Amino acid sequence: MKTFILQPLTTATLVLILTTPISGLVLNGYDFNLKWQPPLLLALTAFFLHLGLMILNRRTTQKKSASSQKTSHHPAWPRLATILLPLLGLILPFLLGKYWLTIAILALIYILLGLGLNIVVGLAGMLDLGFVAFYAVGAYGFALGQEYLGLSFWAAIPLGAVLAATFGVILGFPVLRMHGDYLAIVTLGFGEIIRLVLNNWITFTGGPNGVRVDFPTLFGLEFSRHAKQGGTPLHEFLGIDYSSNHRYLFLYLTLFLVVLATIFLITRLKRMPLGRAWEALREDETACRSLGINHVTVKLSAFALGAMTGGIGGVFFAVSQGFVNPTSFTFHESALILAIVVLGGLGSIPGVISAAIIVTVLPELLRDFSDYRILIFGLAMVGMMIWRPQGLVRTTRPVFQGL
Amino acid sequence: MELAILAQQTLNGLILGATYGLIAIGYTMVYGIIGMINFAHGEIYMVSAYVTAIFLAVLHYFGLANVPLMLLAVLLATMFVTALYGWFLERIAYRPLRGSTRLAPLITAIGLSLILQNYVRLSQGARSQGIPSLLQGSFAITLGNDERLVQITYVQTLIIIVAFLSMAILTVIMHHTSLGRACRATEQDRIMASLLGIDTDRIIATVFVIGAAMAAIAGVLVTLNYGSFDFHIGFVTGIKAFTAAVLGGIGSLPGAMLGGLVLGLSESFFSGFVNADYKDVFAFSLLVLVLIFRPSGFLGHPQVVKV
Repeated sequence: MKTFILQPLTTATLVLILTTPISGLVLNGYDFNLKWQPPLLLALTAFFLHLGLMILNRRTTQKKSASSQKTSHHPAWPRLATILLPLLGLILPFLLGKYWLTIAILALIYILLGLGLNIVVGLAGMLDLGFVAFYAVGAYGFALGQEYLGLSFWAAIPLGAVLAATFGVILGFPVLRMHGDYLAIVTLGFGEIIRLVLNNWITFTGGPNGVRVDFPTLFGLEFSRHAKQGGTPLHEFLGIDYSSNHRYLFLYLTLFLVVLATIFLITRLKRMPLGRAWEALREDETACRSLGINHVTVKLSAFALGAMTGGIGGVFFAVSQGFVNPTSFTFHESALILAIVVLGGLGSIPGVISAAIIVTVLPELLRDFSDYRILIFGLAMVGMMIWRPQGLVRTTRPVFQGL
Repeated sequence: MELAILAQQTLNGLILGATYGLIAIGYTMVYGIIGMINFAHGEIYMVSAYVTAIFLAVLHYFGLANVPLMLLAVLLATMFVTALYGWFLERIAYRPLRGSTRLAPLITAIGLSLILQNYVRLSQGARSQGIPSLLQGSFAITLGNDERLVQITYVQTLIIIVAFLSMAILTVIMHHTSLGRACRATEQDRIMASLLGIDTDRIIATVFVIGAAMAAIAGVLVTLNYGSFDFHIGFVTGIKAFTAAVLGGIGSLPGAMLGGLVLGLSESFFSGFVNADYKDVFAFSLLVLVLIFRPSGFLGHPQVVKV
């Protein structure tokens, strides 16, 4: 009983010492303001958290010894949902206003990015901390292509994908022989290099001022109220009233189809020899190599496919914002995408989708907490790794059941 | 005059390198002992810069005017608090993950660095903070014909002295005390060390504490030198210090110091003679190139994977 008070008390004291300088004494020039509430509050939280964990731990150990272990089979991603959810996704944009439509588009972009990074981190087990580089390559590839070469949106989607995949291969080829932690750092450095070059190469990329992106046309039909130079606006062609929502609806639906295609592709790939090889390499590289799997090409394919998805996400991001500049491609963005993959459970597609939606929609619902967004993601990442490394959504893997 | 610029850039590089080396020690020791990159280490350095300024402000508030005494007190207090941060992070976030997959502690480390950054931002505000310069004045080294060669401020002198002194003390601790012997034993073979009665968990925690304390020394010195900092400084400095650790050979203590100096000097020359805008690009490119072509660095041992 004594330890139940003593240990949490020590934790609380420690937290008090740790937090007093940072949140208790707030700098104000060469002076400070004393705030005694935050450190005390944090210490109190730590006390009860520790106490709660201790009680919980004791409960679970008692339970474990009492009941025998039971393995239950969770139904994997019920069939009904695979039909209903896409339908819901198709109907949804017609019910939303302009504001929520833009958020839904952002959520779809993050789903795409999460799916891309999920191939690299979740399936192939390589920690890529510079995923934002491919996102930037896609976005800037389109923006600059449009500016200098007059590239259209429809051409930019495949070209952005190919460009990003090329970058992925160029980076991946020398790097993939390294072991996990080094790979993480190199990709991080690569992401920063791309951002810094975009920021400093002012004559080509416009530097911090960024590049403007025009909204695409659909078979030559424009989304503006009045078409320029003899074109036909979409609403006149269809004979409906003009609405500024149309362009977002169009973007949403296109993006939605791309996301569906990506999901389909990845679920197929996961069951193919290539996908099995990814997961096998993640589990044990040495064993795989001794069984004759070419680890470089297998890893490279994961890297290139992930980069491709990121590049497509970048093209859509550029279009939806109408403008790109380097501040959208900081390490924070990489960390956010990684948070999506981790929260969703490494390797799980439904997990990534739900996590991406949570990560984009929740901050909009909890506007007051938007400052705490990244803090909460950080806490969630640590908490997930400690208590639920398999993610929010449990996945069942296809297993060989012949034996 | 070229000579004067060269000398000044060398000095700047040495000072930069000394701080990188101090921070790199934390990366290299943690990597050596548990084989993970402590991504949150850069943020530990950032926290120490804040703690420095806060303690200075507190001492100033209580009317302490004796600058050397003030600096010593701040150095010790900051080292203590920052080391406690290092210990705490290891205890709550890394220890529970021991024996899990390789990816887990890395992800946790990124989570921790996000937490620390945003905790400081939310508590202290997003704008950059500053302290007044406490040590003013400088030495000038002149050539024979009375031409000024290089100017060293008192703070820069202090940085060089303190940095090299603390590295020397650390080297002595690691090589001539039982604690150091236990650290090296744990690094070589953790299971064997624990069989021989070394509390390896405690040794690992100690390594985090030492690393954080070294980062705190760097934090105090850099804050005194530049006078301004914000909640972002940990990220870039962290990567560069990691570059220094890799450059010198990760896991090797003298390697970290050497790597720090090499990186500091080359970065300083690059920004002085080539292009200051691209100095971060240069440092990151160096990191990528070293990792690709010589991942064992100057003094490290190539890794052999045994099955």
